[in-house]
Amino acid sequence: MMQSAFTSLLSSSNWFCQLLAQATISDLLDLKTIILLIVVLGFLAGAYITGHVLRRQPNTSVHPALIRTFNARIQAWGLMCLIVALAFLFGRMATIVLFGLISFWALREFITLTPTRLGDHRALFWVFFVFTPLQYVLIGMGPEHYSFYIIVIPVFGFLFIPARIALSGDYKRFLERAAKIQSGLLVCVYTLSFAPALLDLQLETPTSNGPPKPWEGSNAGLLFYFILLAQLNDVLQYVWGLWLGRRVIAPEINASRTWEGFFGGIASTTLIGTLLWWVTPFSVPLSACMAAVIAIMGFAGSMTMSAIKRDRGVKDYGTLVEGHVGILDRIDSICFAAPVFFHLVRFFYLAE
Amino acid sequence: MALTTPFLTFTAKLLSGATARWLDCQPDTCQRVYFANHTSHLDALVVWSMLPRDVRAVTRPVAAKDYWEKGPIRRYLAQSFNALLIDRKDIKVHQSPVDLMIREIGDLHSLIVFPEGSRNTESEMGDFKSGLYYLSKKRPDLELVPVFIENLNRVLPRGEFLPVPLLSCITFGPPIWLEQREPKGEFLKRARDSVRQLKER
Repeated sequence: MMQSAFTSLLSSSNWFCQLLAQATISDLLDLKTIILLIVVLGFLAGAYITGHVLRRQPNTSVHPALIRTFNARIQAWGLMCLIVALAFLFGRMATIVLFGLISFWALREFITLTPTRLGDHRALFWVFFVFTPLQYVLIGMGPEHYSFYIIVIPVFGFLFIPARIALSGDYKRFLERAAKIQSGLLVCVYTLSFAPALLDLQLETPTSNGPPKPWEGSNAGLLFYFILLAQLNDVLQYVWGLWLGRRVIAPEINASRTWEGFFGGIASTTLIGTLLWWVTPFSVPLSACMAAVIAIMGFAGSMTMSAIKRDRGVKDYGTLVEGHVGILDRIDSICFAAPVFFHLVRFFYLAE
Repeated sequence: MALTTPFLTFTAKLLSGATARWLDCQPDTCQRVYFANHTSHLDALVVWSMLPRDVRAVTRPVAAKDYWEKGPIRRYLAQSFNALLIDRKDIKVHQSPVDLMIREIGDLHSLIVFPEGSRNTESEMGDFKSGLYYLSKKRPDLELVPVFIENLNRVLPRGEFLPVPLLSCITFGPPIWLEQREPKGEFLKRARDSVRQLKER
């Protein structure tokens, strides 16, 4: 009796998911990706409700400021998750455009915080309106432009920016200004563009015997796996740091990053990554390795961006301009992890 | 004009990435003079765009005639944001800019003025011209609201016509008034300091 009810429930839910997969207008989403998206969104919705119930209660042992931060965070992630899901629904181009816009905004924040001089104005115009769109147009044109989009910013952009600044005739702090603009372009645009580039990789999975077979999963699932792990790692490092944190790694740069948080974060991200192997072309142990790499790179990204913020004397990229959410604060880990993850996947799993 | 105005304010907000901060001051449709540091041609347009819609409807930015009357596009834009154009070159005794402003605002409109006169290229603000003093001497009832514009000079610096879309910030501070028998120099210095103080907050 119980068993038959369970089977019918399973089959009906399966049928529902199949219907969903057929109903989507996009070819990006497959069943597994949809399940993952729904699970994550459901989890966030649960956390949102919990947070609001907690806030209503007058006498909780939890600090109200902590609840407020928690609610704000959950809301931000929910929004982020919804936007990504919507972009997947509208297809590959929409996802690439979404990442292009995120890059553009992040670059805005980066350059706003970076002291540039009048002489950099024309170079900056090129950076914003030529190099940034060009990178995403090349990604959008497909994987056969790989050899071009991996060099357009680090080679051509690298050479162009100082030359254009030199033409303006202002030599004060020349190398520093050029380097800052180059770094901004690399961190906010180049690295991030490898996240949507994941969508175009033709992947294959190794088989235990015989030649590898083409991977049948969806690259959108792989991209979501990547974003999810990078974001989760941020939270987990923070939570572990709050719970067990004793030894701060670099107090001058970020007082909340501790060794305990770092290792706890990596361990738990790796665990979650292992459990999510089914959305990826990876085997279970390799999924664990990939998750660990994402966690370490994400950590490196957060630390680097924190160092830049400390140097400029601000807490968040959002604080300079009150009311703006600092996008760069949210994506720093993704920026650092994206090119590494992309190239690892490409190296080990690209179909011949 | 009804069509271009929302488009114009939207573009100005998008391009300048501006946020408005109101410190010890609330948006209001009472008659005010917003006085700001002048850093870019976009100043008047962006400050005006950052005001709430009902306040914007009764506020007129004061802008330079020689710049905004050059060519049909600029003239049209100036019309769209309801600019009050002042001739900087040809100031007559019986037709002084202050008189023109007072006549134009009547008992309804507010103004956005840039008392430094021309855009300064230095990082430090220039000294204020005396217009603000004479304006509030003749109309002591006007609230003088200091406004600090940050980063717009990097969006569109002097001599450039292509903007770079950085993020800027417009800070509105607590109003000041001209005190009874306050000397001109002291008042102008106080006004300038009230704008400069907003930088630190």
